[in-house]
Amino acid sequence: MLHDMKPEDVKGEYQEVTLDLYGGVSRKILYTDIETAYPDGKLIVSTTDKEGVITHVNQSFIEMSGFVEDELIGAPHSILRHPDMPPAAFQDLWDTVNKGVKWQGFVKNLRKDGGYYWVKATVIPNVRNGGVAGYTSVRRKPSRTKVEECIKLYPTLF
Amino acid sequence: MSFQFTVSPDFTPDHISGWYIFNTWLQQQANLAIHLEMYNDFHDQREAIKVDNVDLIYANPFDAAMLVREKGFKPLVKPVGESDEAIVAVHVDNHVEDVAHLQAGVRVAVTEDPDVHMMGMIMLEPGDLDASNVEIIDSDTYVLVAKHLLKNEADVGIFLAEAYDDLSNMIKKQLRILVRSQISVIHHSLMIGPRLLEQHKNISNILVNMHNDTKGKGVLESLNFQQWEVVDDEEMEFMIDLMDTLTM
Repeated sequence: MLHDMKPEDVKGEYQEVTLDLYGGVSRKILYTDIETAYPDGKLIVSTTDKEGVITHVNQSFIEMSGFVEDELIGAPHSILRHPDMPPAAFQDLWDTVNKGVKWQGFVKNLRKDGGYYWVKATVIPNVRNGGVAGYTSVRRKPSRTKVEECIKLYPTLF
Repeated sequence: MSFQFTVSPDFTPDHISGWYIFNTWLQQQANLAIHLEMYNDFHDQREAIKVDNVDLIYANPFDAAMLVREKGFKPLVKPVGESDEAIVAVHVDNHVEDVAHLQAGVRVAVTEDPDVHMMGMIMLEPGDLDASNVEIIDSDTYVLVAKHLLKNEADVGIFLAEAYDDLSNMIKKQLRILVRSQISVIHHSLMIGPRLLEQHKNISNILVNMHNDTKGKGVLESLNFQQWEVVDDEEMEFMIDLMDTLTM
């Protein structure tokens, strides 16, 4: 279940937009210009089921997203979807992993407090007993050069 | 019939005798003839695995994927509280404060240890560095990685965190850590091969109870481990998937 963002959770001046997400769900997003730097040496790890519902997160995921674990488990992964991310990027992600192939890209993720953080993300299908059981997503610290390229490129992809 | 046990060549040299003691203890407990064969390097060990000479192995996470997917190995146990972490360090006089400030062309001293190499290279990515634009300086041991830094033959060294921490204080005083990984979920595992699979439950039970046995506890201490815990198939599959995402 994905709820609209609440002003009391947001820190700083925010903008408001309603995003159409996977599965025909709409969500009111409140987002700020406040970036949280990716911590050195850490990996953010999560797994989802085949429908993109979160089944596992590690401590770094919790810390960077700003949610508590109970709010994340059972939520769709699009809880992190930032309005600056072009839908084409996620279409490419799903098209790629549905072919059983790894996907990699640079992603601007939304935090619970309306802020954001950039990651280099890799998503891999979890093949169990010959079939896809879900997906594992691992994020690592991106290079600033690549992030700057994405900041220029992504607005042109809407 | 004698079975063969081996240990990933990236173990800390201080623990060589510990592994021989472990093997003797395990043979006695399991009533099995097990020969411990220590290989000098990854190449020789992989050759032995390739020709199906290995039945039991304390494997690094990089090799675990190959052992499960290609050789039919199953996970048994891992040491409680232990994980594989890497350190990126420079000479203390190096003015670089952040990986992001390293330049293409830097000389990176590494060992053959595949998962540490991988984790170290991931930590260099924020500096736009990868295999295509750094000069790799291969070293046989982590002490030699440190020496390359001290002699200014390398700009950056990639270490297994445990090996870095075990360096002498005199060496560590001349080095500076740029990044220490905090990944937590990548670890070595004791794994069992097809010829020994019928002993899986038996050996697993012996090992998870090892710390309750007086002699067993001493053997664990000689390896610097507290106790073993079970690694189930799904945990191993998860780690293999995770390693897979990191090799890209």
